Amino acid sequence: MGGIDEKPRGDTAVTDRVNPRVGNLAARVRRSVSDASDVLWRRWEQAARWQRWLVYLMLIGLAIVAPSPVIGSFMSPFTDWPSLLFNPIGVYVLLALGLNVVVGYAGLLDLGYVAFFAIGAYTLAYFSTTYGWLFWPTLVVGVTLAAVSGVILGAPTLRLRGDYLAIVTLGFGEIVRITAVNTDEIGGARGITNIPHPPNLFGVQFLLDPLPYYYIILSLIILVIIFSIRLERSRVGRAWAAIREDEDAAELMGVPTFRFKLLAFATGALVGGMAGVVFAGKVIFIEPNNFPFILSATILAAVVLGGSGNIPGVILGAFLIAWLPERFRGLAEYRILFFGAVLVAVMALRPEGLLPSRRRRAELREGSGGMGRLGGEVGCASASSEVISAEARQ
Amino acid sequence: MLLEVNEIEVYYGKIAALKGISLTVDEGEIVALIGANGAGKTTTLKAISGLRPLSAGRIWFDGRDISRMPGHLRVVAGIGQAPEGRGIFPGMTVQENLLMGGYARRGKKDAELTEVYELFPRLAERKAQAGGTMSGGEQQMLAIGRALMARPKVLLLDEPSMGLAPILVAQIFSIISEINRRGTTVLLVEQNAAQALRLAHRAYVLETGRVVKSAPAAELLTDPRVQAAYLGGDLNTGSALTNSKPAHPGGLA
Repeated sequence: MGGIDEKPRGDTAVTDRVNPRVGNLAARVRRSVSDASDVLWRRWEQAARWQRWLVYLMLIGLAIVAPSPVIGSFMSPFTDWPSLLFNPIGVYVLLALGLNVVVGYAGLLDLGYVAFFAIGAYTLAYFSTTYGWLFWPTLVVGVTLAAVSGVILGAPTLRLRGDYLAIVTLGFGEIVRITAVNTDEIGGARGITNIPHPPNLFGVQFLLDPLPYYYIILSLIILVIIFSIRLERSRVGRAWAAIREDEDAAELMGVPTFRFKLLAFATGALVGGMAGVVFAGKVIFIEPNNFPFILSATILAAVVLGGSGNIPGVILGAFLIAWLPERFRGLAEYRILFFGAVLVAVMALRPEGLLPSRRRRAELREGSGGMGRLGGEVGCASASSEVISAEARQ
Repeated sequence: MLLEVNEIEVYYGKIAALKGISLTVDEGEIVALIGANGAGKTTTLKAISGLRPLSAGRIWFDGRDISRMPGHLRVVAGIGQAPEGRGIFPGMTVQENLLMGGYARRGKKDAELTEVYELFPRLAERKAQAGGTMSGGEQQMLAIGRALMARPKVLLLDEPSMGLAPILVAQIFSIISEINRRGTTVLLVEQNAAQALRLAHRAYVLETGRVVKSAPAAELLTDPRVQAAYLGGDLNTGSALTNSKPAHPGGLA
């Protein structure tokens, strides 16, 4: 990992600020955007505690009034705005926050994340239709089942790294979907219909109106944000950062890497299952096709686009990925083309994501950090194993 | 006997990287493993620190059989390693990297931090700099300092001279001997055989996964066969030193 090349990197931090006129247009835009965000970050880091809380409260306030038609008329002229806010926006944000623990914190590339979403959704659908279980206790069961399945998937596979792990998780996502298609007990390809809505809460009825569901998912999102921040700043979070940046080195520091990777998987799965239960509670009907591979890919795109490992970035990424295609529904099928173009442009101009954490950017510059290179770690690992086998052949 | 490696074998797939390596390290020693590329030096260290599983053989450390112990527990037992390629956490600052080094031990690490900063004043100047933006020499210092944070009984160093300018190599080596003087046993892997042999008390010469020679370091320095193969005596038979790194006689404080 950058071993043999001896570059005088010590001074790059000082001379990083190059003349903004140098370079082609893309490089210039990229630099000015990243400079502007640096300034913002520094402001934020220097802000007093009450100022930050003010911003948090304003953001929560904004989220609470978000479903109002005034905002909706601009944000979503083509679709019912409150429905959009629940699904896909709310669901995507919650899923992205969960995947962020796996990808952004621990640096594990998970391409089958939708499986946990499906497990949560099917838990509610099955137990509520077959045994009449109520929503809230089933939420706990669904979350637990998803976490357990995260451990079951992780235990044999987390010895793999990078691309190999990605392929196995991709397989897991498909296995769960195909199992659902082929299991008549849970409706097979027809899925499960007549999933009951949650019971009344504080006098609020949960029926077809998306608003109460939006507030459920909003409170869960806030809960998961607090949980993520606490985790990231704990001993666990430091261990994850070490694993993400250099797994072997982490083990040499005394970090039980395998156990912490498993924990990251289970935590991510837990949040995915949570999203699944809430989703199923709203939609009445689920089928295996609600959980395609492309959803895993979309959520991963949201995390990477927003800035993996950084919660505001991940939320922004998930919001944009969910919202943009709906906002431009007027462009009919071209919208997907534009959506793709926007994604490509963002990744070209800002490869570290829209709002990356400072640490993440340092990792990317170095070219390490598991997901930071999107499987590039494997390139390196196989390169070193080539060296080893070449060594052994001598 | 602090560390005893007994007939260990390590495989990468079907390829044997170590074909029965045995070595011992006594408390307070500096022991060097020298050899060409592919001799199995790094693999030996990885096997000792637990990054590579053994196919056969045993490793004893401090009176305990650690052959099946997971790597993170070997750190607690007292084995510290500065890995191949330094293994710095690029996104963490120097200080955070050092604190990661003490991860296995809970509680305050101020004493260890002070000691590392005293050994490496350069790191103290750069506490808040991201590890990934440091020069190779600084990263090597950080890797060694980080390993020291766990207060290891034995320090495993994998090619501390790799990719460094001669003056930095000399500096790093003098710090290694200082660390040893303060009571830490050192097991050192080096391609830079001349430097390593001047520093070490004893050395093992590895070739294709086997120990072919072991002797006091001073003896190996004058051994004609070792000179020919590893000290640049005869370029036709030489392997390690012919490719890029000339030996740097002198320079060691």
